[in-house]
Amino acid sequence: MLLQITNTPFNYFPIMIQIVIAVCFVAVMMGATHFLGPKRKTSDKLENFECGIEQEGNARQPLAVKYFLVAILFVLFDVEVIFFYPYAINFRTLGWNGFLAVMMFVAFFVIGFTYIIKKGALVWED
Amino acid sequence: MRPVTHNTKVKVVDAPQGFAGEGFFTTKMSEAVGLARSNSIWPLPFATSCCGIEFMATMAAHYDLARFGAERLSFSPRQCDLIMVMGTISKKMAPVLRQVYLQMAEPRWVMAVGACASSGGVFDTYSVLQGIDQVIPVDVYVPGCPPRPEAIIDGFMRIQDLIRTESIRRRESDKYKELLNSYGIQ
Repeated sequence: MLLQITNTPFNYFPIMIQIVIAVCFVAVMMGATHFLGPKRKTSDKLENFECGIEQEGNARQPLAVKYFLVAILFVLFDVEVIFFYPYAINFRTLGWNGFLAVMMFVAFFVIGFTYIIKKGALVWED
Repeated sequence: MRPVTHNTKVKVVDAPQGFAGEGFFTTKMSEAVGLARSNSIWPLPFATSCCGIEFMATMAAHYDLARFGAERLSFSPRQCDLIMVMGTISKKMAPVLRQVYLQMAEPRWVMAVGACASSGGVFDTYSVLQGIDQVIPVDVYVPGCPPRPEAIIDGFMRIQDLIRTESIRRRESDKYKELLNSYGIQ
């Protein structure tokens, strides 16, 4: 009986207040530093920091899409090869069923491979 | 088993002058800010030669600059209050040093460590800057070629004194602006 009375959710109210105060304190402090901290916003200071060396050009240059294509296709076939390792270990236990499953898996990839070859995705020279 | 010993000689900085009552303490804003700033300096080591080696010793366990609140070195000027220029600054390096100084956080201090950074040192030649105060305003010069870690710590403590006693309005004053203008800094 006594336990039931003392263990109401309302007893945790002080903790709630403390959490709210803690969050508000952090928010106010972080906001206040932006207003109170000393600043000197000159063009020299706001320039990108490049170890003090004069910056040259833009870092965001257009890149040939071929690099991305080759990279992502490599990842695709790399993953295919990764699946062969566990299959090679379980080659005997999986038997003909496993063999057919892997053949199907490879067949899908071969279809994809012929598709990208036909599309000319791996042709480096234009 | 070795007995566990705790460091009982922990030193705490003295409170600034102020009015203390029962459960409260008042002091000047500039003193409180100075106390906080001087004991939480983030140095930027701009080490170009042998003084930098002495600085490594200064940061290591034996001399331990971290005792002064300068535990965290930063290699981005955005986060730093104190640039410690240690070593020969060639004329080709001068604009780089200047740019790094310009991009530091406010307020910022400069310490020239060693003969080369202070005056060019033995390199009285066409290619070497004869003291970094030709390109940026310097707060403290540390003599020596190279200075011992004790000397670097002494210079660091002089910087701390400067920070502690600096008025919080100093950086807005005409005198300070004039000083920056004389270096061509905005």
